[in-house]
Amino acid sequence: MMLKLANLRGLLAGDRQADRVVPPTGFTAQLTLFVSGAMAFLAVFALALSLASGRLADRWGDELTGTATIRIVAPADQHAIQTAAALEVLSTTPGIISARALSDEEQQALLAPWFGQDLPLDTLPVPRLIEIEASAQGFEPTGLRLRLAAEVPGAVLDDHGRWRAPLVSAAQRLRLLGWSVAALIIGAVAAMVTLAANAALAANAQVIAVLRLVGATDSYIANAFVRRFTLRALAGSAVGVVIGLLVVLLLPSAGETPGFLTGLGFQGAGWFVPLLLPLICGAVALFATAYAARRALRTLT
Amino acid sequence: MIELENVAYSYGGGELLSDISVKLAPGSFHFLTGPSGAGKTTFLKLCYGALLPTAGQVRLFNRDVRSLERDDIAKMRRRVGVVHQDVQFLDHLAVSDNIALPLMVSGRHAHTMAGNDLIELMAWVGLTNRAEALPPELSGGERQRAALARAIIVSPDVVLADEPTGNVDWDMSQRLLTLLVELNKMGKTVLIATHDLSLIRAAKAQVQARVLRISNRRVQLAGADL
Repeated sequence: MMLKLANLRGLLAGDRQADRVVPPTGFTAQLTLFVSGAMAFLAVFALALSLASGRLADRWGDELTGTATIRIVAPADQHAIQTAAALEVLSTTPGIISARALSDEEQQALLAPWFGQDLPLDTLPVPRLIEIEASAQGFEPTGLRLRLAAEVPGAVLDDHGRWRAPLVSAAQRLRLLGWSVAALIIGAVAAMVTLAANAALAANAQVIAVLRLVGATDSYIANAFVRRFTLRALAGSAVGVVIGLLVVLLLPSAGETPGFLTGLGFQGAGWFVPLLLPLICGAVALFATAYAARRALRTLT
Repeated sequence: MIELENVAYSYGGGELLSDISVKLAPGSFHFLTGPSGAGKTTFLKLCYGALLPTAGQVRLFNRDVRSLERDDIAKMRRRVGVVHQDVQFLDHLAVSDNIALPLMVSGRHAHTMAGNDLIELMAWVGLTNRAEALPPELSGGERQRAALARAIIVSPDVVLADEPTGNVDWDMSQRLLTLLVELNKMGKTVLIATHDLSLIRAAKAQVQARVLRISNRRVQLAGADL
């Protein structure tokens, strides 16, 4: 069923008299309001999940893409020589902005959470670490590995890929899941409105028969129902979105160290995304009711 | 105005009407009579496009109903006022709103028809003091008069009435008949389906009416025995 432009214009303009021809109250009215509100409320969280996952994927990707680490695993007397050789190789590698060997204190600080503050580094075979900062374009890891293998046998390049890829992939899937849930919720709203509209059309069979008898066109009858369900879905989802946003606002925050759960919410322009939900629900209700009404009216004389 | 040519109509089981050719000329007054179940209501429904013939041709205002879209038929019904025996209203709207319903659906809102006209019409059918009542609160006779007012508020060319006096007493049936005769005198084409022969006799004293009788699935012009 295609909603003609003229019909759509008439629909949006509204007709107070036409709105009165359908009885004003009924179970389907409350059902549509409640389900639209509940669905919009859930959709707010699906969107929050999706947007938070997106931010997480971006942050993990950004943080890990720009850095790499080289471990020098060699006998203690070879550490300094191989570290210098590795730094020499890195200084001539395109895509690397800087490279520096971590000091003993820095390495000790890294290991402190596991071994305590008094770890005697010089007595343990702890590898020397070189921190690499890459340019935005990054470096070519395979080529660097081959050069290091040839010139620094104890060097092991860790470009963080094996950490980054699954984390970014998981975050991206969570983002996709969030959007999918939001889409499913919108689909459920469409199905619910179609069912409610069908119920309302069946319950108002006498009204429709009278209207047909006095010369009402299908679009006139359909619009009376469509306007009503569209406004209900719009109002219900608006309330659901407002409540959802308030709950998101009240979610606990971890302050300076946001994690995934504590970072669930909206940031910046993301706060405007849920505001589209009532419009989407209204549009979905409009087309779902128009479809149901046209289909029901076609069977009547 | 309304023309049926070799029309037949079948409901699943068998043929109810067969080879019917009738022409309702502008300004004419017809009765349609016959026993219960003979097909009077079906005949009327064919006349306003609620049913399509299974054979033959029905022309409403010179247009074949088969060639009409659903919306065309709806608009055509604004030129045909229909009164049913079991008249239905929108029970949540006041009687005056129900009477003005054809104005609403045709885009001519009730306020564009001078309020006085609606008041006059309600006075004409004797429902002035029932304007704000809800349809379930009306008596049988009041419902029939409200239905008649609703049928003619858009000044249709044709008025079709299906057993309009079926649920009312003799006095009320005479009153309704008088209203229909007055409409005919205003130039409206009137067709009344009824099995009430006394109503037909009463009408013949007031107007020149033709009587069509459905018998054995066919429509015949009834003789002077009525």
